[in-house]
Amino acid sequence: MSVLVYLESENKAYKKTANELASYAAALANQLNTEAIGLVINNDQPEIIGGLNQIISVNNEALDTYTAEKFASLISVAFEKSGAQYLVIGSSADSKYLGGLISAKSSSGYIPNVIALPENIEGKTAFKRTVFTNKGYALTTPKTKRCIIGLSKNSFGSVRSDSDSRVESMILDVIDDPVSVISKSTVNGKATIADADIVVSAGRGLKGPENWHLIEELADVLGAATACSKPVSDLGWRPHSEHVGQTGKPVATNLYIAIGISGAIQHLAGINASKIKVVINNDPEAPFFKAADYGIVGDAFTIVPQLIEKLKAFKAENA
Amino acid sequence: MKILVCISAVPDTTSKINFTADQKSFDTGGVQFVINPNDEFGLTRAVWFKEQQGAEVHIATVGAASVEPIMRKALAIGADKAFRIDTHPLDGFLVANTLSEHIKTEHYDLVICGRESIDYNGNMVPGLIANHCNFAFINTCTSLTVDGNKATATREIDGGSETLETQLPLVVGAQKGLVEESDLKIPNMRGIMSARTKPLEIITPSSLETLTEDLSFEKPDSKGAITLIDEANIDQLIELLHKEAKVL
Repeated sequence: MSVLVYLESENKAYKKTANELASYAAALANQLNTEAIGLVINNDQPEIIGGLNQIISVNNEALDTYTAEKFASLISVAFEKSGAQYLVIGSSADSKYLGGLISAKSSSGYIPNVIALPENIEGKTAFKRTVFTNKGYALTTPKTKRCIIGLSKNSFGSVRSDSDSRVESMILDVIDDPVSVISKSTVNGKATIADADIVVSAGRGLKGPENWHLIEELADVLGAATACSKPVSDLGWRPHSEHVGQTGKPVATNLYIAIGISGAIQHLAGINASKIKVVINNDPEAPFFKAADYGIVGDAFTIVPQLIEKLKAFKAENA
Repeated sequence: MKILVCISAVPDTTSKINFTADQKSFDTGGVQFVINPNDEFGLTRAVWFKEQQGAEVHIATVGAASVEPIMRKALAIGADKAFRIDTHPLDGFLVANTLSEHIKTEHYDLVICGRESIDYNGNMVPGLIANHCNFAFINTCTSLTVDGNKATATREIDGGSETLETQLPLVVGAQKGLVEESDLKIPNMRGIMSARTKPLEIITPSSLETLTEDLSFEKPDSKGAITLIDEANIDQLIELLHKEAKVL
């Protein structure tokens, strides 16, 4: 009754989230006194993730392009074959796409947005997960023998492991997917909200899209992704994909810097899972000041350029 | 084309979330319920298909009689017929299972669900339905066109987007972008009047199986006090982020 963890790859290499997922799976297996097994698809160096007892590596050209039905079928078969009790998946767009499909195919419950190892409640194994977009937690127990755990990003952290994982190749059938990818466009070389350690976000306080160069410059210095509040995306100043909040994207970064965002309850819910929050706003009454760790009351147009210069100096010193 | 939009009743996004004293359930006291925002984008697109391509639009909601006001609102926005599946939506599997049972009897070409409901954030119902009903499935959908039997859609991925093609029947996980926020329909008086007489059928589901159970709920710890930094002292912020928070 092992723990199987699906570790996503991109361009034949692990995605950044793989370390945290492997760490969680290893800790879960340790708690259950069983083995942790990784499942990796089309990866050139599957062995570099440590801490797992075994890694199952599947290589097939037909899996070069991700489509959900095809991947879900294959992962379900691997879940079945491995005899694992738990399947751990991540919280990327691709993994969330898989959750419901694998749940149906493997007749196992799916508990998404999990943030911790299970605890025992009245003799039941309960996983803590966020609900109401971080406004609350539920302790949820599976009623099925096998269960899928969707781990929230940046909730458990990565544990370094020097022990190599043993890799075994496995050949699994690949089905034809009824959905085909016609084209794909990604922003190259820029951090995305999904995997950045730092997100710099701005709201209507920036007064107009022409001022966003300040936000982009600050993000560049920090290697951060850029984001925005709902009104900003509704006004068309920034694309929808940058809208963070309850009806936009959730953000769970190490550092979230909010500039000229008042902090509506929907916005705060969406970014609540971030570790450290910094707010810069000229209104000392802005609700964000009650939700942040550090704050500066003042004009963004004078503070942000200074912050950029000082961070450049800091980066040069600490390079 | 026959379309079903699956609609959840969720607390208004401005709601403060509280749980009952025994921590066993969500406290609905004083909470205003609305159509789940992701479902509303889907509903608006479905009504667009009705107006532009002559589609028939049904809605279905799993819930007790208390969800009927938001179902009437969906009818006022432009859906033709509503089905209420009369049980409490205890988990995503139960919701998807009971909806699938209905979908199989009505033979829809297109089923639109929000990619997730903003209450329990399960993000599993569209995928489960697709598998139960053997429909194609496109999640986090930000544009959708249908030409005969062929559907073309855009899916939001981490850091970009993808254009996908498939055949009907199809399940779509809708979200913001499928229609613009400014294009969301506000029911007009004629819509509200006609919604009163549109059919709303009540269905008793045959299975109430669930795969997970919420044992208890908690609220997040209240936040510690903020450290305010003078705007003349930005160096202090950098030092705190570096040495105290250790995020730089």
